Amino acid sequence: MAAQTERAVHTPAREGSPWTGMWAVVGKEMADNLTSVRMSILETLTVLTAIGTVYAAAQNLRSGGRDPYLFLRLFTTAREPLPAFVGFLGFLVPLIAIALAFDAINGEFNRRTISRLLSQPIYRDALLLGKFLAGLFTLALVLSTIWLIIIGLGIVTLGVPPSGEEVGRLLWFLLVVIFYGGIWLSVATLFSIVFRQPATAALASIAVWLFFTVFWGMIADLLTQVLAPIRVGYLEEVVRQVRLNLALSRISPNTLYVDAVLALLNPNIRSLGLVLPVQLEGALLGTPLPLDQSVLLIWPHITGLIAATILIFALGYVLFQRREIRA
Amino acid sequence: MDEVVLEARGLTKRYGDFVAVDHLDLTVRQGEVFGLLGPNGAGKTTTILMLLGLTEPTEGTVRVLGFDPVRQPLSVKARVGYLPEQLGFYEGLTARENLIYTAKLNGLRRDEAYRRIDEALEQIGLSHAADQPVSTFSRGMRQRLGLADVLIKKPEIIIMDEPTQGLDPGVAQEFLEIIRNLKAQGITILLSSHLLHQVQAVCDRVGLFHRGRMVLEGTVEELAQQVLGGAYRIHLEAEGPKEALEESLRRLEGVVKVERMDTKAYLVEARRDMRAEVARAVHEAGGALLSLDMELPSLDEVYARYFEQEVNDGSAD
Repeated sequence: MAAQTERAVHTPAREGSPWTGMWAVVGKEMADNLTSVRMSILETLTVLTAIGTVYAAAQNLRSGGRDPYLFLRLFTTAREPLPAFVGFLGFLVPLIAIALAFDAINGEFNRRTISRLLSQPIYRDALLLGKFLAGLFTLALVLSTIWLIIIGLGIVTLGVPPSGEEVGRLLWFLLVVIFYGGIWLSVATLFSIVFRQPATAALASIAVWLFFTVFWGMIADLLTQVLAPIRVGYLEEVVRQVRLNLALSRISPNTLYVDAVLALLNPNIRSLGLVLPVQLEGALLGTPLPLDQSVLLIWPHITGLIAATILIFALGYVLFQRREIRA
Repeated sequence: MDEVVLEARGLTKRYGDFVAVDHLDLTVRQGEVFGLLGPNGAGKTTTILMLLGLTEPTEGTVRVLGFDPVRQPLSVKARVGYLPEQLGFYEGLTARENLIYTAKLNGLRRDEAYRRIDEALEQIGLSHAADQPVSTFSRGMRQRLGLADVLIKKPEIIIMDEPTQGLDPGVAQEFLEIIRNLKAQGITILLSSHLLHQVQAVCDRVGLFHRGRMVLEGTVEELAQQVLGGAYRIHLEAEGPKEALEESLRRLEGVVKVERMDTKAYLVEARRDMRAEVARAVHEAGGALLSLDMELPSLDEVYARYFEQEVNDGSAD
């Protein structure tokens, strides 16, 4: 501790920009990402999923009646036994993100390239952020491609172009999906700093993802029962319990993703929480919300996703700065 | 030639209670080849990392080409090339692609980068393999590629950590030849090694590391003088009166020690080349000289003797 405070006093600032060389890292890592076998596998998987689910949805939709948001249904309509495309994305995106980043830092240590890299005139910041951004851009590129494929397929199979509002909603949807991937990207990057073995880092990332996807819902229910039990049955007690349950379940990025995507792709959703009858006074039930109102509805979700990404990345950043190079 | 390019004063690195480097003072002048010697764990690599700003010193100051590696790491790393002991490349990429990445990290413009890469590959003799993936490279080729990687930034100082370890003798010799060429170009070189005869072959000065301290420093002759007493060892075989012979050799100015090995063989340790005087002394003492041979001081011996003394001193405490 003494050494640290001393350093803080003696060292006013570091020389030069911490981002020197970052774009070189981004370029190299993106090239690696896009040409790697693991990415090809995941891309193929995602494209197949997209085509399969959209085709199934289109079949369903053609038999249905008139719907002002036909294009949005393309993403959300499920045909048993397959889930809808957004459902698939809920686990494909974390998988792609984890695959992109689980060996980001420990891979450099294992290849023994780390000391050669860091002896170039760059800071560690540039390496870490460069790798993260390369992952995010790759993810964005892949998701945008699939997004375009689906819209193209939609125009062909449904025979109508999307409306301006639908395109707007779909663009927001794309953004939410990318930031949902961002969380898992930063989780995997963090584990790639903590664990020396890439396999361990991958497993740990998947374990965290499974925990939030499968178990967190159950744990949230249990915690709610314990923390806000219904003793008498007053309305206040019930409301308190439901609110707590919602708050707890929204710790999981999956819940944030599902809520946000639902509100964006289904304009009829007016609220993501508990709605009391008094709050509905004057509301025109059954009328869809305009886009800006839907975005307002999920604004906390989007900021939550981005904040979590930054927070986890920052934790990894601190750990990486303190890491000794000689391993 | 005399400009100090690398200077450490009171350099210390502690990991918890363990002291890896203990108040180290080091001065390297421009154009020198300086060798860091010492057993594994003596603090050589930690010292190197501190000189490069890759790890922060607990105490002490470092100046590399006038820059402080802690506060101005970019200036230091732009001018100092580092060839690490554990040298790794991106296996799937070709030699050239690996070098392009380094060039970009150094902020070189494309045409400049390509020119320097071609030059560097030419200089270390890897032009023929430039577009092969690194995964096909032998240990020696990797080591040379590592040097090319260092050369594209046109460094003023090159720091090499165990550069010849794991190379077969022929390749190691080639590598030492490259080091001599670099020295001829005026590049200052700091290399760490425990392969002593190689260090002796290329280094102007050496520093002997032991438990985080630099216990000896100087040219190989100076070290031999310090540790072995006599730096020149003259082996001779002579017939004649043994006591008289030994006595007259011992009386010679500059002789440190005379030892009779068997009935005819003697070992004379001297501070300078005294073969002529020794021959005359044998003759004057009435002996017949059968053979005379001088051994140059060897770093191996300095090293072995030093640590032998160290162990003896340690057990005496």
